[in-house]
Amino acid sequence: MNKLIKWGLPVVGLVVLGIGWYLGLAWAPPDREMGDVQRIMYVHVPLQWMAMLAMFLNFVMAVTHLLKSKPGWKLDSMAESAAEVGLVLGTLGMVTGAIWGRPTWGVYWSWDPRLTSEAIMLVTYTGYLVLRRFVEDPDKRATWSAVVAILGAINLPIVWFSVRWWRSLHQVQSSPKTVDPQMVLPLRVSAIGLLLLTIAWLFHRYRIALAERRAEVALPEALPGSGAPSVHDTPKVA
Amino acid sequence: MKPSRPRPIGLIGATLALLRKDLLIEWRTRARLNAIVFFAMATLLMFSFALGPDTRLLEKNAGGYFWLAVLFASVLSLGESFRVESENNCMDGVRLAPADPRAIYLSKALGNTLLLVALGTLLLPVMVALYGVRVATGFVDLGTVLLLGSLALSAPGTVYAAISSNARARDVLLPLLLFPLVIPALLSAAKATTLVLQGDPMNQLGSWLGLLLGFNLIYWGVGFMLFPRIIED
Repeated sequence: MNKLIKWGLPVVGLVVLGIGWYLGLAWAPPDREMGDVQRIMYVHVPLQWMAMLAMFLNFVMAVTHLLKSKPGWKLDSMAESAAEVGLVLGTLGMVTGAIWGRPTWGVYWSWDPRLTSEAIMLVTYTGYLVLRRFVEDPDKRATWSAVVAILGAINLPIVWFSVRWWRSLHQVQSSPKTVDPQMVLPLRVSAIGLLLLTIAWLFHRYRIALAERRAEVALPEALPGSGAPSVHDTPKVA
Repeated sequence: MKPSRPRPIGLIGATLALLRKDLLIEWRTRARLNAIVFFAMATLLMFSFALGPDTRLLEKNAGGYFWLAVLFASVLSLGESFRVESENNCMDGVRLAPADPRAIYLSKALGNTLLLVALGTLLLPVMVALYGVRVATGFVDLGTVLLLGSLALSAPGTVYAAISSNARARDVLLPLLLFPLVIPALLSAAKATTLVLQGDPMNQLGSWLGLLLGFNLIYWGVGFMLFPRIIED
C-alpha cells in the first residue's frame, strides 16, 4: 500500500495531468474573447483548488490536534506538510494568475478583494511555518501552531467567497452550467491529475515531517539547529 | 484565629484581579505607555516627513496613518505584555492560582485594549496639530471606532504575544503573525476613522463598524477558547 502511494500515485497523477493539460492546451477551443490566453485556466484553477484543499486539511488537523486528549505526532506532521504544500500551490496559483492578469486586465496585480485576501492567506501561512521553525519544544510547537492555524483559517472562507461578496475585477467561480463542455472536461481532468499529485506530495512530505518529529523526540541533539547543546559545546573545566 | 478558607473566585473576579495587578504595575512604572506614546508620535511625524509637508494629503489619509501608528505601537506594547510573567517564571505562579486560565487571556487583552485606547486619545491632539484634522461627526463616533479598533488589535494580538514571548526571535515573530491577520480590522478602522474625521454623507460608518464588531466577536471568541491551550505546560 505504502509503495503504491509512493510510486504509483505520482506516476498516475503526472499522466492524468499531462492528458488534462494536452486537452486544455491543444484540444479545447480557445475562448471567444480572451483567445488562447484563457488556456492558463487549466493550470491556474486546479492549483488554487488544491491550495484551498491543503489549507483546509491543515485546519482540520489543527482542530483535531487540539481536541484530542493525547495527540500524537501524526496530526502535527500532517498539519505541517499540508501548510507547506498549500503554500507552494497557492503561490504558484497566484503567479499564474498574475501572468494571466497582465494581458487580460493590463496589470499583473490589482487590489481586488480576491487577490488581496489570497495574498493575506499566503502571508498568514508563511507566518505559521516561520513559527514552527522558531519553537524548539515539539509539544509546544504542535499546540501553538495549531492555535495559529485555526486563527489563520478564518480567512479561508473570505478568500473563497470574496468573488461572490464583492463582485470586483476577478470573475466569479464558473460552474459546468456556464462553461462549454469542451472546457469543463480538460479542467476536470487537470484537476484530478493535480489532486493525485498533491496527495502523493502530501504523503511524501508527511513521512519526512513524521521522521523529523520522531528523531526530535528521541534524540534532541540529533537534528541541526535544534537548540539543544551538543557534546562539542560543553565548556571544558579549566 | 480560624484560618480563612480560600473563597472560590469566578471568571470575572479573577479577570478583574489580574487586570488590576497589571494596571498597577503599569501605573507604577508607566514605562510601556510612555514608550508607545512617543513611538506612535514619532511615527506620525515620520509620515509627514516621508510624504512632504502637504497638509491636504496628510489630512486626507489621517485615518490610515493614525491606525498604522497604533498598530506599530501595539506590537511593542503586546510584546511587553507578557514580560512580567515570563521573568522569573511568574506565569507558573499565575497558572497555579485556583482560577480559570481564560481569565489571564481576558485580563491581558483588556489591559492591552485600555493601553491602546489611552494611546489613541493622546494621539488625537497631535494629529490636530500636525495634520490639521477636524472631527466632523463627533467624538462619540470617534470613541466607538477607537474602542472597537483597539479591541480588534488586542484580541488576536494577546494570543500571539503569549506564543511569541516564549519563542525564539520573538520580535520578528509577533508582527509576522499579527499583521496579516489584522488587515480586515485595520482596513475597517482606518476607513471608519476617515469617515469620522471628514464627514459621512453616504452613511457608510455603520457598515465599517459592523465589520469591526464581527471581527471582534470572532477573534475574542476564538482567543478565549484557545488561550488555555497556549499556556498549559
